[in-house]
Amino acid sequence: MIQFFENVGRRVLDSVAGIGFALAMFVSAIIGKPQPRKSWPLFIKQMYVVGVLSMVIIIVSGLFIGMVLGLQGYTILVDYGAEQSLGPMVALSLLRELGPVVTGLLFAGRAGSALTAEIGLMKATEQLSSLEMMAVDPLRRVIAPRFWAGLISMPLLALMFSAVGIYGGYLVGSGWLGVDEGAFWSVMQSAVDWQDDLLNGVIKSIVFAFVVTWIALYKGYRAVPTSAGISAATTSTVVTASLAVLGLDFILTAIMFGG
Amino acid sequence: MTQLVELKDVHFAHGDRPLYNGLSLTVPKGKVIAVMGPSGIGKTTLLKLIGGQLKPNKGSIKVAGEEVPKLNRDKLYELRKRMSMLFQSGALFTDMSVFDNVAFPLREHTELSEDIIRSVVLMKLEAVGLRGARDLMPSELSGGMARRAALARAIALDPDLIMYDEPFAGQDPISMGVIVKLIKSLNQSLGLTSIVVSHDVKEVLSIADYAYVIADKKVVGEGTPDELRNNNTDIIKQFLQGDADGPVAFHYSNDDFTTDLLGGDK
Repeated sequence: MIQFFENVGRRVLDSVAGIGFALAMFVSAIIGKPQPRKSWPLFIKQMYVVGVLSMVIIIVSGLFIGMVLGLQGYTILVDYGAEQSLGPMVALSLLRELGPVVTGLLFAGRAGSALTAEIGLMKATEQLSSLEMMAVDPLRRVIAPRFWAGLISMPLLALMFSAVGIYGGYLVGSGWLGVDEGAFWSVMQSAVDWQDDLLNGVIKSIVFAFVVTWIALYKGYRAVPTSAGISAATTSTVVTASLAVLGLDFILTAIMFGG
Repeated sequence: MTQLVELKDVHFAHGDRPLYNGLSLTVPKGKVIAVMGPSGIGKTTLLKLIGGQLKPNKGSIKVAGEEVPKLNRDKLYELRKRMSMLFQSGALFTDMSVFDNVAFPLREHTELSEDIIRSVVLMKLEAVGLRGARDLMPSELSGGMARRAALARAIALDPDLIMYDEPFAGQDPISMGVIVKLIKSLNQSLGLTSIVVSHDVKEVLSIADYAYVIADKKVVGEGTPDELRNNNTDIIKQFLQGDADGPVAFHYSNDDFTTDLLGGDK
């Protein structure tokens, strides 16, 4: 019995210590004298690795999800003679929910897992230690550029996802199923609000970007430097980040649209 | 003689497992010092303690007169610019060519122009015989070449102290010979001080000016290579001759085998 409480206690302490470490890591990575000459090229490289290389999966998924939304939406709306509302239905689903959420999930799987594995391997091959011994802070050199790249690229990817998704909905709705093109766009235009829909979606994706990137970097940095450790850390990144995205999505939606 | 590194009564534990109980050693300036000992006694940890990556539980660690565990981050980083470490794996940055790896510390810590950096890098690569491999990526290097490239990077900033973590481990006889020669010649030509942590007794004793043997959580023997070879202590003899059993037990646990077989611990 005492053993049980000991285990629970140890787990709680470990998780609190983990959160504390992640916070401390965040502060020391982000806060410090900016060195644009050194950091800029690193950041650009990470934007490419984290952002540009994720574009294919984001654009293809966005297109298919938009097309499916168009198809599903049409079959429901047409029963009520409301197929003119297909535009706003597709746009609002994407901008408010699917854009940020699905991008967050895909980003966790594509870029998050890669970040964790990369940093874990850098740790296992002593590259992080050797940076430290060369008087270069690995948090500033390795963690910070990846963090900023994730934070900036994911909202952009989410917008791309939504834009391509809307186009996919339009292709299916107007091009295939015959919804009037003018109605599709004009009803969408009048129904979508700049602040309520677009801005809230962007805010969501910024929050998800922060959480997913941070989880990925933290898990990599704290990975046990063995093959089993890195594999566990990578899995844990995808699972934790996905759950965090879904959980936070509910909270954010409740705050933004609940009242 | 001035001491560059001084450890006094260092106690250190990894979690609950004590690694050092009162370890003391000194490293005089300009010498090659060997630190030997059986696997798993924390030789790498010793280098990390000297480099300030780990803090001791008790005791003093001085490098160039500075008390390493008490330094703040900025001062520690300042001190680290004067020391470097050759990791067992080489620890080259896998996303950079050999040239960029060697140029890395120069680009980070100096304001030198690219022309001068190029000249310095080529000089360092020439010293380790890898000038022709400057455009290769670390994945294209053999184990021995990777270690030499890492050595070129370690001497890029002309440090005062260089720490070698198992430099001979896993090397073929030729690369081993090359590395032995490099450690000695770099130490002499650049006026370095070297700490070589290794269990390759023959190689390390061939270049060391002074050697320490660590076992049982402290220094159990020290002296010049000749003094050590003539040392009659059981543990030193066992270590230098590579006997399977002795004061350093062959068996991890010393439970009675018969009792264990008969289920004595059930």
